[in-house]
Amino acid sequence: MHGSADSSEYVLDTLDRQLLNRLQDGFPICERPYLAVANEFSISEDELIARIQNLLAANYLTRFGPMYHAERMGGGLSLAAMSIPPEQFEQVNHIVNSLPEIAHNYERDHTLNMWFVIATEEKEDVDAVVRKIQALTGHPVYNMPKIEEYYVGLRFAV
Amino acid sequence: MSASASPSDSIMQLSDRDRRLIELTQEGLPLVAKPYHLLAQQSGMSADEVMCRLQRMQECGVIRRIAAVPNHYKLGYRANGMTVWDVADNQIQHLGPQVGELDFVSHCYHRPRHLPLWPYNFFAMVHGADRDDVQSHIDAIAALLGEHCRARDVLFSTRILKKTGLRLKARE
Repeated sequence: MHGSADSSEYVLDTLDRQLLNRLQDGFPICERPYLAVANEFSISEDELIARIQNLLAANYLTRFGPMYHAERMGGGLSLAAMSIPPEQFEQVNHIVNSLPEIAHNYERDHTLNMWFVIATEEKEDVDAVVRKIQALTGHPVYNMPKIEEYYVGLRFAV
Repeated sequence: MSASASPSDSIMQLSDRDRRLIELTQEGLPLVAKPYHLLAQQSGMSADEVMCRLQRMQECGVIRRIAAVPNHYKLGYRANGMTVWDVADNQIQHLGPQVGELDFVSHCYHRPRHLPLWPYNFFAMVHGADRDDVQSHIDAIAALLGEHCRARDVLFSTRILKKTGLRLKARE
């Protein structure tokens, strides 16, 4: 129908932008947390909830809720890379992605052209996953577990 | 205090009740007026217990924070580059937090080299409107690292091959 807006066409207004900034900073743990934040903006609790729903539906937000830190739960986490010849890339990609411990996998424009995050229930299981991928693919896996973290969590000014 | 300051790296022992709350919020916080009360109903705990457990997980760093995760692509940050640097080992602890504080850097880590193939020991994920924007950010990091950086590169992702959220299996 003419004039109807697809959710992907949702245009942010000033309040949406203010909320996007505010909601990246943290959210209270109390009986009526939406009311507490709504009061900061002099809007109703219902309007805040509706706006968050709209921002999620329009894909301006990928998620709203607790951000968990896997390593602090006792699990293992590492970044690893491989150098795969183009003709074998899809086959190796299939093998790597089939493992449930692979959380993310990206193709990148470098000799090391496959980069993935290994996430395991137990910290010591990361090495076993690395060995398994090497055995299944016949290619070396360059494991790069973090030695130190300096910052995580970009705050996008909107 | 630097941006790297965070609760200790010790691992918090999670109880089954904590894990139940993590499972219940994997898709996000309920969008209802009393979200912690709803979680209480769903988990068979009191609302006070739910709030105490979430508070404690936040204090221990198991929860970084309760917050919105923006879709940076949709918000106009269309380019992101994994910038990698060969930083002098005796300077990285000093320089790492400074790079981490730059507002266009989202993740920043010290990682092992794999010589000779991979000489880089410092990773900073950089976000910008386009690749030129990312390049100007890279120049800013290079200026900050100065003579302590011997080599650098930037890797752009060309394809997402797999992307899943946090998985948490229920323990026996």
